[in-house]
Amino acid sequence: MKVENHAERRIEIGGWEVNLRTYQIGETFYCKADNVSPGANIARSTGATRDEAEQKAISKATERLAATKRRAV
Amino acid sequence: MSEYASPDSLVSTDWVSQHLTDANVRVVEVDVDTNAYNEGHVPGAYAWAWNTQLCDTVRRDILTRKHFEKLMSETGISNSTTVILYGDSNNWFAAWALWQMKMYGHADVRIMNGGRKKWLAEAREVSRETPAPGAAKYDATGPDNSMRAFLDQVMAAYEGRSHQMVDVRSPAEFTGEILAPPGLPETCQRGGHIPHARNIPWGKACNDDGTFKSADELRALYGAEGIDGSKPVIAYCRIGERSSHTWFVLKYLLGFDRVTNYDGSWTEWGNLVGVPVERGVVAAKV
Repeated sequence: MKVENHAERRIEIGGWEVNLRTYQIGETFYCKADNVSPGANIARSTGATRDEAEQKAISKATERLAATKRRAV
Repeated sequence: MSEYASPDSLVSTDWVSQHLTDANVRVVEVDVDTNAYNEGHVPGAYAWAWNTQLCDTVRRDILTRKHFEKLMSETGISNSTTVILYGDSNNWFAAWALWQMKMYGHADVRIMNGGRKKWLAEAREVSRETPAPGAAKYDATGPDNSMRAFLDQVMAAYEGRSHQMVDVRSPAEFTGEILAPPGLPETCQRGGHIPHARNIPWGKACNDDGTFKSADELRALYGAEGIDGSKPVIAYCRIGERSSHTWFVLKYLLGFDRVTNYDGSWTEWGNLVGVPVERGVVAAKV
């Protein structure tokens, strides 16, 4: 199998920059969301289409990022 | 343009594609877990999960020598095997595996430059097949703890100002604005950094395609913050894996001979009672 339709884009979720990387292997689209700084994986998802995979990743990432507290320094 | 100090510590994705069936080469995908590997991986690659296979799962430590030998053996790695490590997040966890393999004396271990990200972006062949368990004899040496910094050494380095200390977490973690990377669980009681440390996030060592920046760019990046190897260097992050990436950069790409990875990192220091902590941005260089 070959990787197809690889693409990356950046979005903002709750004030946090998020990188979405999506690609297709076989019939399945995979999406990984990372938090850009520092680049840790915060969600992985699959879907039958790019949009479905991305929306699932965004949903999971939104939930996880909402738990991050900013403190005054 | 100057060359890396140890150019043989890296291989390209092309090199890997040309050595997939080389009997003396083992390719291993390393990540925090094996979810990405299961999607599809470099054909013939094995998988190591950081959280269960590259750490002692009882006490907080690297693998024991016995467990390390078992992992190598089960992966079909002998002492003379050329091991190619790669992973997601610009080889973040692959660097941890390399650090540990170096401590246990493996002679030929290298990183696939660009990691999983580059392999996928180049639309290369992937596989979902898991190779059969290996069977090789492996005798480790060490661990060579000269590549590792422990708490007492870091404390002495702080008190004596004897080392250059580089905190490779994100700026928001460094200042104490957040206690863990966004979206991850908080694992410390206090935010901030070890006083006098310089903040150079690990990812700045990489290009957008996941490959390492050139030697000149890396020297400029670290040199701008006073990290030039004129003193021993201690790298730390939150749990020691991002800093193993920086340790690799400083030791093998820039050739610093005295660099250690403080794997206790902020989850150790930031949970201790009575140690000095600095918050906010600190401008003074060491």
